[in-house]
Amino acid sequence: MQAFCKLNGLVAPLDRSNVDTDAIIPKQFLKSIKRTGFGPNLFDEWRYLDHGELGMDCSKRPLNPDFILNQSRYQGAQILLARDNFGCGSSREHAPWAMFDYGFRAVIAPSFADIFANNCFKNGILPVVLPAETVARLFAEIEATHGYCLDVDLEQQLVTTPSGEVFGFTVDEFRKKCLLGGLDDISLTLQHVEEIKTFEARRKIEEPWLFGS
Amino acid sequence: MSGKTLYDKLWDRHVVRCDDDGTCLLYIDRHLVHEVTSPQAFEGLRLAGRVPWRAEANLAVPDHNVPTTDRSEGIADPLSRLQVEPLDANCSEFGITEFTMDDIRQGIVHIIGPEQGATLPGMTIVCGDSHTSTHGALGSLAFGIGTSEVEHVLATQCIIQKKARNMLVSVDGQVGIGITAKDIMLAIIGKIGTAGGTGYVIEYGGDAIRALSMEGRMTVCNMSIEAGARAGMIAVDEKTIDYVKGRPYSPSGALWEKAIIDWPLLQSDADAHYDHVVQLDAATIQPQVTWGTSPEMVVAVNDCVPDPATEPDLVKREGMQAALAYMGLTANTPMTEIYPETVFIGSCTNGRIEDLRAVAKVVKGHKVAANIRRVLVVPGSGLVKQQAEAEGLDKIFKQAGFEWREPGYSMCLAMNADRLSPQERCASTSNRNFEGRQGQGGRTHLVSPSMAAATAIVGHFVDVRTLEV
Repeated sequence: MQAFCKLNGLVAPLDRSNVDTDAIIPKQFLKSIKRTGFGPNLFDEWRYLDHGELGMDCSKRPLNPDFILNQSRYQGAQILLARDNFGCGSSREHAPWAMFDYGFRAVIAPSFADIFANNCFKNGILPVVLPAETVARLFAEIEATHGYCLDVDLEQQLVTTPSGEVFGFTVDEFRKKCLLGGLDDISLTLQHVEEIKTFEARRKIEEPWLFGS
Repeated sequence: MSGKTLYDKLWDRHVVRCDDDGTCLLYIDRHLVHEVTSPQAFEGLRLAGRVPWRAEANLAVPDHNVPTTDRSEGIADPLSRLQVEPLDANCSEFGITEFTMDDIRQGIVHIIGPEQGATLPGMTIVCGDSHTSTHGALGSLAFGIGTSEVEHVLATQCIIQKKARNMLVSVDGQVGIGITAKDIMLAIIGKIGTAGGTGYVIEYGGDAIRALSMEGRMTVCNMSIEAGARAGMIAVDEKTIDYVKGRPYSPSGALWEKAIIDWPLLQSDADAHYDHVVQLDAATIQPQVTWGTSPEMVVAVNDCVPDPATEPDLVKREGMQAALAYMGLTANTPMTEIYPETVFIGSCTNGRIEDLRAVAKVVKGHKVAANIRRVLVVPGSGLVKQQAEAEGLDKIFKQAGFEWREPGYSMCLAMNADRLSPQERCASTSNRNFEGRQGQGGRTHLVSPSMAAATAIVGHFVDVRTLEV
């Protein structure tokens, strides 16, 4: 996994609540059995005017000019700003894969769906929770300022605006450590093989019916 | 010190180790695998030279991509085939039991788990699918995971997780006649919202929940994710134990005798502490229909489409306006004046035998309404289909003009050939009414099976309790 430490990036505002993972990456693209290449189909149904299918050349498809990511001022955005409950719905990890592939490294919202946030941390994307009022102010500032960039510092747990205003955020210590170091969960867990084996052996005695007859 | 909740107890039983900051390794008893979220996990395992920690803890089934029409020719769509075939190969390579497409036991993963006794009280159960919460109906801790976690469970039999908070949703009193588990759950989501359960595990309690059948409880727990919760669960009682008894993967003999001493302990202590308690009066719950593009956008069937002008919160108001535009609806229209063209009965929420019986009860002797283009009935598993046919339900459906299909996800997710056209309106027993969920531009209204059946024969949404059946 690519590490995330500090980022100064252009912010794209997606002014919606309850953005679900079906919207982030529609189901027809889940048929790919790879982890990469989903970026061109991120927000496919909002982003293009035609119906997208796997394998289409997206550079030749008609763009929806009203969709925020298609506006020239937001090209190259690395931070997405959204409203409540971002990433709800299906557990598909294709959603953060698509966001990463597109170029997003952080998402800021007042709240995230549990599985989506978890999936982000495992794929080098930092989900940042800021209060709804702060998010509302950021939406207003972005609207008013071309080239609006935010500074996101995971080590310090701070978001800094172009005017120097600073917002702190909380993040799970373990997830922070993994993201800062680009650490792989499985290798970390396998450091505890003996503990797992001991636990499993005890469990076979305590609840043997869970281990077959 | 207060007592423990059911979630506390299930959690404590499965903690392998815990760091000072509360990050724990949680042991997983059962891992359910399907074709959409597993290929990248198996590939990761292979690249790292790893093998499954405990192959027999896994049970695999292709369900999202399988056709619900005749399967004798295999899967026509090459891309759907591209996922189902690797699942077969991965399971065979790693020694994982799989119910393949032509196996009578094949079906939706959340239906076959309980059906086979692969879901047992006291288990931790994970699957790369958000509706894994279904299995909590049997007194287990069950939740959906991403593909990285699928790989993690395969390799280590554990999940890294911090404990969630405890929420009790108590549905007190008795529901009226004709009110189903689906109506209860939609009413709960309408009350707490789609993010109301974020950060929580919900335990459902109260007389109305206890009165539900096991299948009804599965419907309730299934949609916990639509309330934002990590998991949903219901305490073990006699119904739970009766349900589990004698199923293929259930314990038997001496192990069964031991298990049934332990399982009744799987309930919350009387003095357990919940971080949040929500109470609903069962008697006030009416048949529910969603009007928007989020499951929380739900009203009683005899109500009208809400008016965004009455919503004080600007963000919410804009959300409502966008939903109405997408759904092609006007504020203040009575729900009973909305005319779907398609009806879908099935899914992991409502694809079980009791759901099909409820549908048959309403449609028996009736014909599909003239304005309804198609009614799909998709049983949740091969065994549900077999049972329904043994009871003659398929004949009732066919006589009414419904299509009787092979088991699968079908239009719940529309990954196979069953999907809505743009602007096509559908009454659906599934769990998500998101934009495009059942096909790009498709307009989904979530309802219970009996309400879907009533809509199919009347042609518009109607209070099923007013029909003579």
